[in-house]
Amino acid sequence: MLRLPSFTYLQPKTLKEALAMKADAGPDGMYVAGGTDLYPNMKRRHQEPRTVISLIGVRELTGCEMRDGGCAVGPCMTLSDLCSRPTIRQHYDTVALAAGLVSTPLLRNMGTLGGNLCLDTRCNYYNQTYEWRKAIDFCMKKDGHICWVAPSSPRCWAVSSSDVAPVMVALGAEYVLVGPGGERVVPAARFYHNDGINYLTKQPDEILATVRLPAPDGWDAVYHKLRRRGSFDFPVLGVAAWVKWEQGAGSRERGQVVEARIVLGGVASWPQEVPEAGAVLVGTDLSDEGVAAAADAAYRPAKPLDNTDFDLSWRKQMTRVYVTRALTELRQRRRPARK
Amino acid sequence: MASSKKPTRFRVVGKAHRKVDATAKVTGVTRFADDLFLPRMLFAKLLRSPHPHARIISIDTSKAAALPGVKAVLVGKDLPIPFGILPVSQDEHALALDKVRFVGDPVAAVAATSEEAATEALDLIAVEYEVLRAFPDALDAVEHPEPAIHDYADAGNIHKLIHLEFGDVDRGLAEADLVREDLFFFEGNTHLPMEQHAAVADWSPPPDGKLTLWSATQTPHYVHRALAKVLELPAARIRVIACPNGGAFGGKSDPFSHEIVVAKLAMITGRPVKITLTREEVFYCHRGRHPTLMWVKTGVKKDGAITGMHFKSLLDGGGYGSYGVASTYYTGALQTVTYHVPRYKFQGARAFTNKPPCGPKRGHGTPQPRFALEVHLDKIAEQLGMDPAELRLKHLVPPNSLTANWLRIGTMGLGPCIEKVVRGSGWKQKFKQLPYGKGIGLACSSYITGAGLPIYWNAMPHSGVQLKCDRGGGVTVFCGSTEIGQGSDSILATIVAEVLGLHPFDVAVVTGDTDLTPVDLGSYSSRVTLMTGNAAIQAAERARDVIARHAAKKLETPIERITFAEGRVFDVQEPERGLTFAEAVQLAEAAEGTVGTVGSYTPAPSAAKYRGAGVGPSPAYSYSACVAEVDVDPATGIVRVPKIWIAHDVGRAINAATVMGQIEGSVYMGLGEALMEEMAYRGNRNVVHKIPSLLEYKSPTTLEMCDVVTYVVEDPDPNGPFGAKECGQGPLLPVPPAVANAVYDAVGVRIDEVPITPEKVFKALRRKEKGEAARFGPARFPDIAWPEPTRVAPPWDGGDGRAAEGGRGRKKAAEGARR
Repeated sequence: MLRLPSFTYLQPKTLKEALAMKADAGPDGMYVAGGTDLYPNMKRRHQEPRTVISLIGVRELTGCEMRDGGCAVGPCMTLSDLCSRPTIRQHYDTVALAAGLVSTPLLRNMGTLGGNLCLDTRCNYYNQTYEWRKAIDFCMKKDGHICWVAPSSPRCWAVSSSDVAPVMVALGAEYVLVGPGGERVVPAARFYHNDGINYLTKQPDEILATVRLPAPDGWDAVYHKLRRRGSFDFPVLGVAAWVKWEQGAGSRERGQVVEARIVLGGVASWPQEVPEAGAVLVGTDLSDEGVAAAADAAYRPAKPLDNTDFDLSWRKQMTRVYVTRALTELRQRRRPARK
Repeated sequence: MASSKKPTRFRVVGKAHRKVDATAKVTGVTRFADDLFLPRMLFAKLLRSPHPHARIISIDTSKAAALPGVKAVLVGKDLPIPFGILPVSQDEHALALDKVRFVGDPVAAVAATSEEAATEALDLIAVEYEVLRAFPDALDAVEHPEPAIHDYADAGNIHKLIHLEFGDVDRGLAEADLVREDLFFFEGNTHLPMEQHAAVADWSPPPDGKLTLWSATQTPHYVHRALAKVLELPAARIRVIACPNGGAFGGKSDPFSHEIVVAKLAMITGRPVKITLTREEVFYCHRGRHPTLMWVKTGVKKDGAITGMHFKSLLDGGGYGSYGVASTYYTGALQTVTYHVPRYKFQGARAFTNKPPCGPKRGHGTPQPRFALEVHLDKIAEQLGMDPAELRLKHLVPPNSLTANWLRIGTMGLGPCIEKVVRGSGWKQKFKQLPYGKGIGLACSSYITGAGLPIYWNAMPHSGVQLKCDRGGGVTVFCGSTEIGQGSDSILATIVAEVLGLHPFDVAVVTGDTDLTPVDLGSYSSRVTLMTGNAAIQAAERARDVIARHAAKKLETPIERITFAEGRVFDVQEPERGLTFAEAVQLAEAAEGTVGTVGSYTPAPSAAKYRGAGVGPSPAYSYSACVAEVDVDPATGIVRVPKIWIAHDVGRAINAATVMGQIEGSVYMGLGEALMEEMAYRGNRNVVHKIPSLLEYKSPTTLEMCDVVTYVVEDPDPNGPFGAKECGQGPLLPVPPAVANAVYDAVGVRIDEVPITPEKVFKALRRKEKGEAARFGPARFPDIAWPEPTRVAPPWDGGDGRAAEGGRGRKKAAEGARR
């Protein structure tokens, strides 16, 4: 079988201790939580840390509580735990749904929220063993110089493959990062870069310390995932759709959208927000016409490449179908009686 | 077997029994090859080629050999003798001698004190290559004879060319009311056993000079032969032990590079050596389904009666021969055994390409043509305005008959199979009547119960059994057959228990060990239940005769009245007069010495005597019929299969539970092939395997598995043990065409290619919308310079099973054995 290389494994109890360990280890040190992403990658020599610092025993990174109207979630919560928490299920059912769609039950028992939000970008030229990559003379994401997906491209096109990240961006969640210089808060959308190699704005020594979910006040969100099989597979397309409904007397009858965000997973190196698609929904009641316009707007910038499962033209076609289905579900959640 | 024809009330056979290996398997007690650890054991790793096609200029292993922990490094010239499963294609080397033929072809091997050190050493081996033009697929190989991948082939890069004609097909087509041509493609896919291949070798140096190899293999006898040949050791000094296999499905039936390499490394280092392949390496071992392009032209009368059929196949063989010659024949052999085909012509070609070698996967060479034939017939039925089930029922091959290509059909239960699934599924109320997006499809199939001829020509039995009765009342049965999860160990126990009146758990089973067990050719071609079963019946009946003789004497009863049941030997007319089985054995042992018997089985000679008739003949043919219901999402092209009804003519179920298990397992595997599995390569990127991992090679999870309604049809076949025929491979075959036919019923598009992926359905639906041909599938079959046909007159044209011209009967096989 594929063997893990030798490494030093450290188990800090506090954030402060973890940061100090990382400072000692320098660039050869990496944090790990559940390890479901990092360890397979280490077997394939994608990441080669000499020191692995486990965050799983750091108390500050666990738990989940309603605070200031919103919810603060510890990133070391396992995905299984996240999708079964009553608070999350009650107020953030789409977060629970997306977390429950990640991989398999066994991997959700190990994998964490933070791990899924920081998931390494994926590409089927990259997620291969050292020997396989040698046969194509490697790629720019690791050990090589070229992007085999788009050989003339100066950048890496590995794909953001998280299920939870597009939902966080759509919700407008905020991430609290703790580093040697202290604490900073970034909106989820600003946490990601559209670059397969530098896909996070997080510095290597920073730790994702808290995920802040916005107060559940008049918005709704859904997530639709396209993949080959009902379990195990990463998304080849994820559609997170968020709308804020008009509030106040009679608004339910009018049912108008005052703000909307559509974020696509699996089609770029980051969760790809499509502002045009959100914009066309404002002022509509998610009528068929409004939904069609949004689906059309989302279809145009979606640019899947030949580096995941399924053929790319079909995946692009599916953007329209999946955005339509996501928005239709949102409409039905608002007015279950109608249609 | 005389006894199998007797109408008997069975005590053990036919009931649902726990498999004899089940408890160990589910409690983790079973020791697979990778679980073995011997003192002082070393670990081996293989360096594999990064090029799809290249000449090796030089190899420098000095740095690797100098690495601490490394005990030996091997290259091709250390093992220069070629091997291969078929005598006609001895084209493999344990490590590439002068050429590499696919990305992943083994080039060098290291044995070290740890797997880590061995892995590190691989990177220190410097290999200089001269890169050659690579061939990513069969069409490319057919069109470009140079550079030749091998220095032997029927033409350029075409490994094998076959041309057989049984009767005047042109005349047959001329007599037809309707002649239809179709093109199909069946993508390659792999076995995907849970257990990765592993092997451990141990060497006792001279004067013992004895080698032991434990391996995850389906064919210890063939591995034994290959080791003797390549290592130049006397076979008597080699012991091959087949460990319990964690799944195999045909993927562990060749002798493999890693088995020979660990043996040689053990001989060099004097220490035990183990290798366990990674999942990626298992994809490189492959030997799976050949990607096959097919063209078929059939003439039919208005009532669907076939007047003639012409079938062409082009197989993409990958880098080596493996079973490929047999696979190629199999793509043309069994078209004739389901519906009567009076005149039949087959042209088959197998190309060498620069990919891992293809070989036998469950159904070996027959799922591809079966897919083509069953979809083709569905189209014919539609054109004739006939119900596809009716068309098939009307033209079934009769039992106890000969086919145009001289296959001898015994029992033939396809009719009852079709009737069961038609009734069970509500076919008549559903076909063409479900709402848009929902559909139902039917397909049938047949498969051999063991190949009628051995892989290497010899006159000895195909299966042997030894049986020893212990004076404590236990019985041990020894047989070279190999448990791969299919239940062959249990079959031996059940059959012996039936004959000797014992419980299956009173029978100890020793299998797959060349020192301890008589030869059985291996767990392939669905041969084990029939062949080892018949051998076991013979051995058990001989033991029964010995014991009965002495029991009769003791009980002062005529021997005809002695019966064996419930662990007793007694007078059938006065059941209280009897002995325990142990007492009876003791009497026999006291009188005659150790009670031990043997049994063996050799299939009857085939009626087919022409060159190429080595593939197709079998002691018995199993039959299956399948109805699949599908949901097709027209917006995405995604196909889901909620339910499958399948009926299988197994002759007689020896173990009711394992028969169901094999049928359902076949449906599962067939569903994966129908919907998603494919060996995908990047032809423009050095022909690397696109997805050599369990995550990205898509195989159904439990969530994709459909509900299965299984009907076991029992019509005992005189050639089978108690009438049993195969059930491990045949039920896979009708699943892909049933799904394809159901997709057509659901949304009106023909997907003439598996896997039936959403992209293909979506494209075909788009074409339909635009008024183009509502189809997805191949567009052409290439021109191939076929050899002159071997012409064989069918039985009804006065033939005798021999070729009229150019046929050389069995000589081919004899030639093969000599190489």
